[in-house]
Amino acid sequence: MPKRERRSGNEAVAEAMRQINPDVVGAFPITPSTEIPQYFSSYVANGDVDTEFIAVESEHSSMSTCIGASAAGARAMTATSSCGLAYMWELLYVAASDRLPIVMSVVNRALSGPININNDHSDSMGARDSGWIQMYAEDNQEAYDNLIQSVLIAEKCRLPVMACQDGFITSHGVANIEILEDDKVKEFVGEYEPENYLLKHDNPLAVGPYGISPYYMEIKREQAQAMKDAMPVILEVGREFEKMTGREYRFFEEYMMDDADVALVVIGSSAGTGKEAVDMLRAEGKKVGLIKLRVFRPFPRRPLAAAMCKVKAVAIMDKAESFSNSGGPMFAEARSSLYDLPDKPYCINYIYGLGGRDIRVDDFYDIYNDLFEIIEQDDPGDVYRYLGVRDSRYEEEEQRMIKETYHPGAAREYGIDKEKYEV
Amino acid sequence: MSNNTVEFRWHGRGGQGAKTACMFLAEAAFNSGKDVQGFPEYGPERMGAPITAYNRIADDHCRVHSNIYYPDYVIVVDETLLHTVDVAKGLKDDGALIVNTQKSADEIRPLVMGGYSGRIVTVDAKRISEAALGKYFPNTPMLAAAVKVSGIIPQDDFIKDMEESYRHKFARKPHIVEGNMKALKATLEEV
Amino acid sequence: MTLRKTKASEINEKCTWQELTLGAEIYEPATSRLVNTGEWRVDRPVFHPDKCKQCLLCFPYCPDSSIPVADGKRQDFDYMHCKGCGICAKVCPFQAISMVKEGE
Repeated sequence: MPKRERRSGNEAVAEAMRQINPDVVGAFPITPSTEIPQYFSSYVANGDVDTEFIAVESEHSSMSTCIGASAAGARAMTATSSCGLAYMWELLYVAASDRLPIVMSVVNRALSGPININNDHSDSMGARDSGWIQMYAEDNQEAYDNLIQSVLIAEKCRLPVMACQDGFITSHGVANIEILEDDKVKEFVGEYEPENYLLKHDNPLAVGPYGISPYYMEIKREQAQAMKDAMPVILEVGREFEKMTGREYRFFEEYMMDDADVALVVIGSSAGTGKEAVDMLRAEGKKVGLIKLRVFRPFPRRPLAAAMCKVKAVAIMDKAESFSNSGGPMFAEARSSLYDLPDKPYCINYIYGLGGRDIRVDDFYDIYNDLFEIIEQDDPGDVYRYLGVRDSRYEEEEQRMIKETYHPGAAREYGIDKEKYEV
Repeated sequence: MSNNTVEFRWHGRGGQGAKTACMFLAEAAFNSGKDVQGFPEYGPERMGAPITAYNRIADDHCRVHSNIYYPDYVIVVDETLLHTVDVAKGLKDDGALIVNTQKSADEIRPLVMGGYSGRIVTVDAKRISEAALGKYFPNTPMLAAAVKVSGIIPQDDFIKDMEESYRHKFARKPHIVEGNMKALKATLEEV
Repeated sequence: MTLRKTKASEINEKCTWQELTLGAEIYEPATSRLVNTGEWRVDRPVFHPDKCKQCLLCFPYCPDSSIPVADGKRQDFDYMHCKGCGICAKVCPFQAISMVKEGE
């Protein structure tokens, strides 16, 4: 019987790692992912796992360790955040192009500067071109479930997987969770049996050679194919997992989308907050929906575009900036997926939550009202917007600060001024 | 917020056990069958810095992941915070402010920065913990006060659960278990 | 069904992306032996086996591992990889190696 438990996101991931029992873990601490290798090292010390645990001197070394171990034929895992992920940046590309099924937990934290230890998605979004499969969790249950599925997905696709959760919000927040039985997890992930590996006696292997221009692009084309081929694998593993647990996992989750007029696309813990706003607005008779994206790489452009086309206006939420002067990373890809379609919704972008800036039920409420306004005006206004930033151009009472009077979840009625959001 | 969600906010200084008390509350509520959240908010990471911790306790799944702005109960573990941190900000009028102090509720009321017109409950955690444990550890009395005032967990279940928790955590120090249970029960009676 | 080439000798600049190995892996050891790096040699070493005492001083000095050894005896030069640096001729105590211009 799975156990009803309470775990923080980090505790849940460490427990999943214990149940997976990888061959090698090379890790270096960084807030807020430190607890993952920390708790895992207790399992190692207590003999609960057989893992070779290597406490390395930097995150660049933790990824090096994983690459070497994985190429050698071992199941390798690690965990990091923010600058730690940035420090191993060059190796992320190596891990993916060498086609190594490494699984890494990324506990999302803002990149410096200014130095900030709180949550946003700038770290994993910054690595979106590295060739890693990327998945995001709304809560501790998803962080745990995603990690277990990641092992199978990585090995079937021969691509490394980044399983992300929000720093502090999910990683340090203790909440209810269902933990699977050890033998169920063991059975689900099976053994790692690569066809070729460095330690295979009969066929010595060279991994990561030099490739001159006549070869490089073909190798990359094959890598792009692998990312494409990952789409059905992710769904297949999700279906297997659903058979075992009853919990459904696809590329994204649609909440109240079927008859919705407006929607939001959002990643991570904020989706839970958003769903609360959806329920509130639905109770007022407003037809709103929400799409919570789970898989960002490979980007599910066709199914996501189809889901977005159910509504007349959609707000894409980005918890990261790409400084493209055109909007955040999710916006670029989601909007592009709509381009070729004849009937597409209005599509606007909100940059929110940077450096751990809180996003509240009321904020989602206001965004949905913005979307209704856009439909009414038949004009999206400036599509590249910021949420929750103090701005001298606006009177203090109009800024999105914490409200002084108690409203049980109702937003203030303010006349939406398009100019307010021009960046 | 779903109607049955109860929100708590804890204010303390780093090192006083406010976060631990928050986690104990989450654990106790979890054991009584509730859906819980317990999470800290970190500022500068040093001892003595004001810290905030939160609990959401509900019958249905808590899926809101923002901070808590309109708590039902606020627990202040260190009374020196009353004039530096707006501890009662957003606290519901029909909720309660629980303060660790030797003063009475009437004496505390004017000291609350920003003011509060609702119920104030005082707990002399220093006296209780020193009598029970021989040391000043405010978190157990404050935890007991939070449970008593909110009524979130049936008292008998709470006492049984905490005893098991303490036995598990302080397996090699039975006198600590005893001391904590004494402090717990004393607070439950006094508040 | 796979089109993928598995032998290093089959890999060349005409291979399509479906034919090249995953991640550019190479499934044989020592494939560098197939590559001719001796073609830009200017001076060439010549081995005089009659003078050679098989002291084996020359072979560890060769920076290109171009002096093969078999059954404890040095063999003739591996001209596919020798670059004609002349270190072996310099260290041989018995003048069993002489350097000539390439082409002579």
